[in-house]
Amino acid sequence: MTGTAKNPEYDFLWCPGCGDFGVRRALEFAMRDWNIEREIPMHDNVVVAGIGCSGNLVHLYEGEQPYGFHGIHGRSLPLALGVKMAREDLNVVVVAGDGDFLSIGMEHIAPQASRNLNICAVIMDNGVYGLTKGQSSPTTVEDTVTSSTPYGKLESSLNPLDLYLTLGVTYIASGYSTKPRDLAGLIKRGMEHDGFSIVHVNSPCTTYNDTYALLKGNKAKGIDPLAWEIPDDHDSTSKSAARGVIEQGGVPLGVIYQDDSRPSLDQRLGAVRERVTGRSAEDLLNTFAV
Amino acid sequence: MASRSEIIVRFAGEGGQGVVTAAEMLARAATGVGYHALTFATFPSQILGGPTWTQARVSRTPVESPGDAIDILVAFNDVAYHEHRTEVHDGGIILLDPSVTPLSDEHLRCVTVPFDELAKQTGESRAANMVVMGGLSRLINMPVHYFKDFVSQRFAGRDKVVEANHIALDLGLAHLAEEDPISDLGEPEKPDYEQVFIKGNDALSVGALHAGIEFYFGYPISPATPILVYMERNLVGEGKFAYQASSEIEAITGIIGAGFAGKKSMTATSGPGFTLMGEGIGLAWMAEIPCVIVDVQRGGPATGLPTKTEQSDLNAALSPAHGDSSIPVIAAGSVDECFLATVHAFNWAERYQGPVILLSEHSLAERAQNIAKPDLAAIPVESRNVYKGENGYLRYESQEISPFPVPGGAGAYIANGSEHDIYGDTTHLAKYHIQMTERRFGKLKLLEGTYESDNASASVAVIPWGGSKGSAREAFQQLRSAGVDIAWYYTMFLNPLPTALLDELRSKDLVIVPELNYQGQFASVLRSQGVKAEAITQYTGLPFRPTELGERIKARLAGAGQPQAVNA
Ligand SMILES: Cc1ncc(C[n+]2csc(CCOP(=O)(O)OP(=O)(O)O)c2C)c(N)n1
Ligand code: SF4
Ligand SMILES: [Mg+2]
Repeated sequence: MTGTAKNPEYDFLWCPGCGDFGVRRALEFAMRDWNIEREIPMHDNVVVAGIGCSGNLVHLYEGEQPYGFHGIHGRSLPLALGVKMAREDLNVVVVAGDGDFLSIGMEHIAPQASRNLNICAVIMDNGVYGLTKGQSSPTTVEDTVTSSTPYGKLESSLNPLDLYLTLGVTYIASGYSTKPRDLAGLIKRGMEHDGFSIVHVNSPCTTYNDTYALLKGNKAKGIDPLAWEIPDDHDSTSKSAARGVIEQGGVPLGVIYQDDSRPSLDQRLGAVRERVTGRSAEDLLNTFAV
Repeated sequence: MASRSEIIVRFAGEGGQGVVTAAEMLARAATGVGYHALTFATFPSQILGGPTWTQARVSRTPVESPGDAIDILVAFNDVAYHEHRTEVHDGGIILLDPSVTPLSDEHLRCVTVPFDELAKQTGESRAANMVVMGGLSRLINMPVHYFKDFVSQRFAGRDKVVEANHIALDLGLAHLAEEDPISDLGEPEKPDYEQVFIKGNDALSVGALHAGIEFYFGYPISPATPILVYMERNLVGEGKFAYQASSEIEAITGIIGAGFAGKKSMTATSGPGFTLMGEGIGLAWMAEIPCVIVDVQRGGPATGLPTKTEQSDLNAALSPAHGDSSIPVIAAGSVDECFLATVHAFNWAERYQGPVILLSEHSLAERAQNIAKPDLAAIPVESRNVYKGENGYLRYESQEISPFPVPGGAGAYIANGSEHDIYGDTTHLAKYHIQMTERRFGKLKLLEGTYESDNASASVAVIPWGGSKGSAREAFQQLRSAGVDIAWYYTMFLNPLPTALLDELRSKDLVIVPELNYQGQFASVLRSQGVKAEAITQYTGLPFRPTELGERIKARLAGAGQPQAVNA
């Protein structure tokens, strides 16, 4: 028997049309291809989930099941660090929402970027707190009325891509949940990247912040789409080109930045291990001998 | 000249004057020739300067606490002299730096020693400590060659340094040649077993390594930082990880991730960091992930007295997390136990598959002491019951402890911090909340700790916890020698408390709990368990003095009303 049996009693459902369906499909594609190429079993993959509608992906995964860790709000990155640095051979993927990752969990992004932690984080940005029923999030647009901003949001909205680039994340991609095949490609490339990868996905919340129309635009009504394909000639190894893409605004689709020159934390640790060897407890105890 | 079997020397001055290393050096040299010794240190928070003092208690027989009044005070400056002179017993002696003018009505013997000037004569200005040691060798009648041999060993191969320090010893000795020794320790009786001279934090770290730690993640905070430093240096090699976290929140969740991935993992912090770890500890309880969380307590609340000792995080340790949980707590009470309790903590974590809290405290962390070298072969280490079956395993199905699937092997499941069903999927169903709650609490029955007792037939008892063990034990022995009928109990295992211990305590008319906090935290835990417990508290930032504690216990037994709250 392969894979965990599907749970007939699991009763959480995403709302019809929720962007997270597409993200789940994309992750399933990416992980399946990853396993096939490497001829490895699904249980070599771990999905660490944040708390939110987005994090529930770990329970809604279809087909063969990877290991999952559904932890606490905002802490998926350090949990993933623990898993990855404990078992460098595992493929570790984080799935989290904009609130989880960019609000309560914001403090964990910079350290993983500095360490170049070799994991792939898939962020489902719906510009709102879905699970807690519609409060504003860091990516909610300024002046928006939500249940927690009755007079309009008084903060400017955060540009996550700009933040990632500034913090030194070594693989930054931006995607859209309605294009699971494309998204799967971005996620798989993120898994393949030896370092900290973030795939930031616009994944609309049909219930509290339905942005499909804005993302797609409407030619007839003269509304330009927010989402746009990054042209093929974009040089993703160049930080200034990446900055240029981000500054064009909207939702760019594709790989924005990739730096393969920096070793990841596990690679650096491997180099230390070649220089230093540990000693047994008995040996260490003897260093204190009277 | 009195022949006492022990001597207490305190060094007081400013950080940077060699005060910090002096007590350790004395203790180390003394244990090297067969005495028993134990140090106590209190540091200023500032990096350079600031009032600092350390002391060493040296004895012919094993010692368990920093002891009572001081025999010899070495005061490097005015403030130190005035601050500490009252703690020197009559018959004691004070060695003074030339910059200090003793009080005109000083009744204690004072001797001025130009430490720095003598040190300079050796060509090694840092040899001031050795001038002091030379003087001490005269005052406590300890052959100076004990110190000389120690120096030769310590600085082996650095002939110039050895020579300068030997000269310093001779100069100190010569300077005090006319002074009468204040005691004669007598010949040491070198123990016939192997010993180590080690600090509590180091013993804890080596204990973790013996227990098989593979993953350490921690954020610097006094007095737990030395554990981080030790781990980063020594926990290296394939499959091992020791690293500085960006916060205590990162530290706790990091070790939980590693525990989930099959590793024995630990973090160490002090009160403020421990508070930040609360949600993570709740997660580990709920998702059933083994890990060890060390709280090296310091004075609180908040950042409180960061460089002083206190036992005031017991309430926090017993209730660190949100929701319906009971996290196991083990407290070390001596340097030996810093080692042992750590091994127990890992064993418990693996056995019941959950988080275990290990309490230590500043006075133990910084205490350097000679202890019998732990016999590693005789200290069992438990490992995780890893799931070895096929896929399709329901991790949370059993009501008993169940094998633990490790990523990279079959048995994929979802470790879940939200209430879950047998699949690990989030659930809101009452039947699963009931089932899982009972599963989690039921596992605690696997954790039955041991305890010790002495003169158990007495109707009144004393039971300290943690680092007050040593002082309380010595107080107990004094009381017993004085014919007081009192029982002794002690355990490292504070949650769950050994059931047989609770039964015994419930049968007593009065159980006295010496502890270093205002509220009498352990006493109230015992009262909630039906024990007639009363605390004797102290919240000075310093440990109990055994004789004083004995007197307070005696006063309570004589019916002198409630135990006094403060140690004057
Ligand atoms: C410590 C803590 N604070 C608050 C919450 C409540 N909470 C759960 S999910 C959530 C926000 C989720 O928003 P997001 O991460 O954007 O996920 P979404 O539901 O939108 O996918 C909050 C505030 C919690 N579970 N834990
Ligand atoms: S509330 Fe929004 S984010 Fe949550 S499931 Fe519904 S549509 Fe998706
Ligand atoms: Mg959201």
